[in-house]
Amino acid sequence: MSDPGQARPEPLADSTTVDLSAERSAAGVDAVLDSLDAELVGLAPVKTRVREIAALLLVDRVRARFGLAAEPPSLHMCFTGNPGTGKTTVALRMAELLHRLGYLRGDRVVSVTRDDLVGQYVGHTAPKTKDVLRRATGGVLFIDEAYHLYRAENERDYGAECIEILLQYMENHRDDLVVILAGYADRMETFFTANPGMSSRIAHHLEFPDYTLDELAAIGDLMLGRQGYRLSDQAQAVFREYLTRRMTQPRFANARSVRNALERARLRQASRLVAAAVALGRDDFMRLEPADFLASRVFSGLAGLAGQPARRGITLRR
Amino acid sequence: MPQRWSAGVLQYAEMGYWQPDYEPKPTDVLAAFRVTPQPGVPPEEAGAAVAGESSTATWTVVWTDRLTAYDHYQGKCYRIDPVPGNPEQYIAYIAYDLDLFEEGSIANLSSSIIGNVFGFKALKALRLEDMRIPPHYTKTFQGPAHGIVMEREYLNKYGRPLLGATVKPKLGLSARNYGRVVYEALKGGLDFTKDDENINSQPFMRWRDRFTHCMEAVNKAQQETGEVKGHYLNVTAATMEDMYERADFAKEIGSIIVMIDLTVGYTAIQSMAKWARRNGVLLHLHRAGHSTYTRQKSHGVSFRVIAKWMRLAGVDHIHAGTVVGKLEGDPASVRGYYETLRCDKADPDPRLGLYFEQDWVSTPGVMPVASGGIHAGQMHQLLDILGEDVVLQFGGGTIGHPLGIAAGATANRVALEAMVKGRNEGRDIGCEGPDILRAAARRSRELDMALSTWGDVTFSYESTDTPDLAVTPS
Amino acid sequence: MRITQGTFSYLPDLTDEEIALQLRYATGNGWAISIESTGDPRPGGNLWEMWGLPMFGLRDPAGALHEVNECRAAYPDRHIRVSAYDARHGRQTTALSFLVNRPPGE
Repeated sequence: MSDPGQARPEPLADSTTVDLSAERSAAGVDAVLDSLDAELVGLAPVKTRVREIAALLLVDRVRARFGLAAEPPSLHMCFTGNPGTGKTTVALRMAELLHRLGYLRGDRVVSVTRDDLVGQYVGHTAPKTKDVLRRATGGVLFIDEAYHLYRAENERDYGAECIEILLQYMENHRDDLVVILAGYADRMETFFTANPGMSSRIAHHLEFPDYTLDELAAIGDLMLGRQGYRLSDQAQAVFREYLTRRMTQPRFANARSVRNALERARLRQASRLVAAAVALGRDDFMRLEPADFLASRVFSGLAGLAGQPARRGITLRR
Repeated sequence: MPQRWSAGVLQYAEMGYWQPDYEPKPTDVLAAFRVTPQPGVPPEEAGAAVAGESSTATWTVVWTDRLTAYDHYQGKCYRIDPVPGNPEQYIAYIAYDLDLFEEGSIANLSSSIIGNVFGFKALKALRLEDMRIPPHYTKTFQGPAHGIVMEREYLNKYGRPLLGATVKPKLGLSARNYGRVVYEALKGGLDFTKDDENINSQPFMRWRDRFTHCMEAVNKAQQETGEVKGHYLNVTAATMEDMYERADFAKEIGSIIVMIDLTVGYTAIQSMAKWARRNGVLLHLHRAGHSTYTRQKSHGVSFRVIAKWMRLAGVDHIHAGTVVGKLEGDPASVRGYYETLRCDKADPDPRLGLYFEQDWVSTPGVMPVASGGIHAGQMHQLLDILGEDVVLQFGGGTIGHPLGIAAGATANRVALEAMVKGRNEGRDIGCEGPDILRAAARRSRELDMALSTWGDVTFSYESTDTPDLAVTPS
Repeated sequence: MRITQGTFSYLPDLTDEEIALQLRYATGNGWAISIESTGDPRPGGNLWEMWGLPMFGLRDPAGALHEVNECRAAYPDRHIRVSAYDARHGRQTTALSFLVNRPPGE
């Protein structure tokens, strides 16, 4: 259902010529792509892919007006990668892009996981899934860790029902809803093998690689800058060392881990400032020192424990 | 202050009735008066005089005042504004303490505010423009017996104005023919039909006969259409006992609604509102006689005050103006009346003639009724200006239809539904209204004929009562 | 007998496009949408059979239209109506109600 009441774009006569850059700026596409560049560090292949998709959709729109395109393009997507690599952010920008290019009525993203879709008893799943679909219609439905919907080992699992309903809805409401599945690459692969119906509906696969050390450091700088902090020269080196070590440890969540580390550093800075017996200036409140990082378990050698919530009063030993 | 209490005559302003520093309390009842002082009377003195004569004062100092907490009870004029463009008129704002009024009594409220002061010689003219009723006082009244929401749920009709018609000719029909008019109009598509204000119980038709014939018509129309229908049975009578007798009979034979005229008086209106709630019957009020004192801008009581009083008293319907019909009603003032009747909280808005904020603290809204010289060709203007919660009454506009009464009713219903549908679809009915009507007329012969008969009829005269501030087009 | 309940019952039956426009108006106002049907040949006003629960928080009409079509597919012989509910303080009542299906031959 196209937007009822919205004027349909005018068809073009065969002899018309079209200025694509004018079309592009009219749709406001560049603003979205630029904000993507500004918000996310690295991710060059992803950004390239997004630009390609934007170009494709722009061209398709014009082709439709020339009467060339018979069917609207399939827009469902799959984002694979480790946690904290920017999948949700790109989904938000994608929704905006699709809306500005006229493929979606709104730029809303409804973000769900299995628990929002699948019920715990007979008859519970259908209304839950349908409710989510209704809320997301007109925008993007982002399903994180989508492979959890399918539990092969348990044939009484209600996830299969949810997948059925999703497939049907995606088929009947191609103009109304875009679905983006997300999760670890290998698990998504397994999921698609077991669910060919879903696999065939996904038009675009985007891989989100892990960040390099330099990129993580740059992300850290961005985050600190936004919050009015800076690293002292020595702290810069220490932070890089911290990242190098942390990256090798389990449950590393890329940008999210960087954010958590900075949060803890802020905590330690605050304690340090409060304990300091001297008068403090503006820069003191901005500056993070090596001590704010060195206190981390990542350095104290309690390997495998960095990233776990602190437990008071108990020392964990490997 | 020995001079204050010495025997003799003092200026009102010196007796404490003019207090420019007074900050009105949230519990005060406030009033705005349009004052035209006699030449030579300063505006503060005029305002103070109004405050005094509508509360505790008399024309000379009396020692017995000193037996009271005088400054508590006296009305205080706390502000005087000149009226733009009229050097002889002022708006005086007066605050009255809550203790001056009996709880839940419009008779007392009106006797207090307007009972004495309007004949005062020092004023050439006086008009009560608006009042602020504090929540503390509002809560002592019953309020509408049912209100807009409950009425719609009774009727099971949502999303559009309701339609009605007064039986015409105003007088002279016998009961049987009267019933025929009701049946035709309701069957054709109207929600209500109505007794006129002067139909009570006359030699040519007594009330009981009219009631039974009308209900026969209502019931038959209900059965045939599957919709809830009603006829406002006028129970106005000479005494309260007669009114109760008629109302009880109306309820007994199954009417969902009765009507009374404003001329029965405030006490009777409140009694009937209580009866209406107790018996689950809607109460329609015809504002008979109001124009004698509401119409002239310089003297009288503004209809918006009457509207407030009637909402407190507890009617479910009240005639409030059509703007485009045959009776007086400037658009901005009428919008102000509608807002007063319907909204839970109205903000002061000089362009609509609303002088105070008025918080109704969940008192149900009163359904305004637009009646008088309107026809289907004006449907877009009516919906646009008056909104959705309103009863549109097309008396002549139904009964005068060339194909008959039922056809007239159908024409109005089709026009209304088409207009509401167009508005919901996002069309600008102010501009596209005539097109929507014409398109609908192509599928409805009744509407087509109605438009050809009345299409160009309008009533445009200079309004006698407009707000002081006008919106100038930008 | 062609029943005349509902806001648009004196107009020709609404097309799907017209129903979508009314749903858009309703969701645009933040009203909840509910669908009811009845097999009663002379239906009264109030208690029809509910088709699922009312749909709250809809910002887009497509989801509601989908349900309307599901209901029509399930009960082609019944009267079906769509109601929109306004839950705001001071209203808390149905704001709009209209028929979307009539038994054939009515």
